[in-house]
Amino acid sequence: MSANSAMASRGPAYSHSRIGWIKDNLFSSPLNMLLTVLVGWLLVMAVPAMSDWLFFDADFTSDTAQECRQAQGACWAFIAEKHRLILFGVYPYDEQWRPLLATLVLVATLVCSAIRFFWKPWLGLLWAAALAAVAILMWGGVFGLSHVENDRWGGLPLTLILSTFGIAFAFPFGVLLALGRRSHLPAVKSLCIVYIELIRGVPLISLLFMSSVMLPLFLPEGFTIDKLLRAQIAIILFAAAYIAETVRGGLQAIPKGQYEGADALGLSYWQQTRLIILPQALKVVIPPLVGIFISLFKDTSLVVIIGIFDLTQAAKAAIADAAWRGFSVEAYVFIAVIYFIFCFAISRYSQRLERHLDKGYQR
Amino acid sequence: MSEAIIRLENVNKWFGQFHVLRNLNLDVERGERIVICGPSGSGKSTMIRCLNRLEEHQQGRIVIDGTELTNDLRDIETIRRDVGMVFQHFNLFPHLTVIENLTLGPIWVLKKSRSEAEAAAMKYLERVRIPEQAHKYPGQLSGGQQQRVAIARSLCMSPKIMLFDEPTSALDPEMVKEVLDVMVNLAEESGMTMLCVTHEMGFARKVADRVIFMDQGEIIEQNTPDVFFDHPQHERTQLFLQQILH
Repeated sequence: MSANSAMASRGPAYSHSRIGWIKDNLFSSPLNMLLTVLVGWLLVMAVPAMSDWLFFDADFTSDTAQECRQAQGACWAFIAEKHRLILFGVYPYDEQWRPLLATLVLVATLVCSAIRFFWKPWLGLLWAAALAAVAILMWGGVFGLSHVENDRWGGLPLTLILSTFGIAFAFPFGVLLALGRRSHLPAVKSLCIVYIELIRGVPLISLLFMSSVMLPLFLPEGFTIDKLLRAQIAIILFAAAYIAETVRGGLQAIPKGQYEGADALGLSYWQQTRLIILPQALKVVIPPLVGIFISLFKDTSLVVIIGIFDLTQAAKAAIADAAWRGFSVEAYVFIAVIYFIFCFAISRYSQRLERHLDKGYQR
Repeated sequence: MSEAIIRLENVNKWFGQFHVLRNLNLDVERGERIVICGPSGSGKSTMIRCLNRLEEHQQGRIVIDGTELTNDLRDIETIRRDVGMVFQHFNLFPHLTVIENLTLGPIWVLKKSRSEAEAAAMKYLERVRIPEQAHKYPGQLSGGQQQRVAIARSLCMSPKIMLFDEPTSALDPEMVKEVLDVMVNLAEESGMTMLCVTHEMGFARKVADRVIFMDQGEIIEQNTPDVFFDHPQHERTQLFLQQILH
């Protein structure tokens, strides 16, 4: 082999090696060298301390709070003791297999809906069956299950129910609002604008508060709407306004030629919207829409203001136990991990969906 | 005497203050092939877009195959079923495959069955000479192929009239010929009424029954291609022809 080709063959191999990568990316300029040293120092400061606290010095198996407080690290025995309260709230202890099963049914149905294979007409039936199963499991009263009022529901199943129904109903409502806001009919357009601006102008917490305190004042004597239903409706109304504006951005991004091509074929307004415009508009706004869904999932924690026992409130109740005081960090880390798992799953799914929908646009 | 398939009577249109179509009068016979040319801003695209209500005229009458074009939605939909349009920028639907683009109209507007629509679509794809692209997305095709798909898409609706709004203006020169060949073939074999706004004078000579020159919203001159190109009568026509035939 001549000297030239030997050198040439060594060149690319060198920059692909680990040392080559480190040299090129981490130490390529004075600024990069400084940043690398800084990040390295931060990692050295933080990682050992964190892993000590989280795992190595943590107490996993104590029985009492005093024992657990002796440990240097986290007290996961607290979670072992309280996890059923945090996950299921004040649901009757013996019946907690029911909310557990309901949660699994709901999560399984959500996962199925995400897989393209299941995008068939009978998915609607699957959802109807899943919702019926969840209703029966949570409420009971039939099939020999004891009846449990929904003010005893709490924790993870409640957060999941509020988010799932919230997104499921807010999304079509938001799309209709967006279409209405772009309508040429003045009445429809004004109504949509008024609704969107009013709802966006108030925080969710005040909507929940209004639904819980003000609404009963306007209703006739003795006629009450279930508190959970009120919270659910407030969440749906709130999310719909934000979804509407996001979808409207997507609609504005569709070039006029698409409308003209559809018009020239003779498609009616609703046919155009359903077949041509919405598929393209929704694809474009997947990132901000997913952001709204993720926010909604976490915003359900605000229902604490009207006394509904969601996952966050359940964590607070666990901390309030006099026998196990002082472990609030462990409790919040625990629910943070749960929130993270769901939000991250939504985020990863949306990336997968975007990649799949991009197939038609790659050469 | 057969009635004209397209009739424009004293059609006027304004864009705000700008008078874009001035007292247009035009009769198009069934099966006639018309090429419309003129400088930019002369109103030629606006005129043909008025024919399928993509633009609204403010004064005058437009009658297409016996139906008058008004604000009545049903009339508009009837007319759009019989009038096909090919756009300068294709306007294909990027999220659908070629065959889905073609079958969309027949399935949802003409209420045909999927198999019937797909069979017709493949037939038209063969007519425009790209049957192998049926399952590709428009983004994966070249400009000339996309425009041919657009032509096939309009043909799938079996229109009586085909409108072409500068169909080759956005194409690379090498691809212009393939699209023009398809249009010539269409003109010669189908006997369809065609109105084409274009700068391709070779195409006009080959195919047109009448060439119309428009300037500033008016029809200045109209004649058979031979007379139009060899003996233009108006000064503005002569000026225009000097500029584009070089």
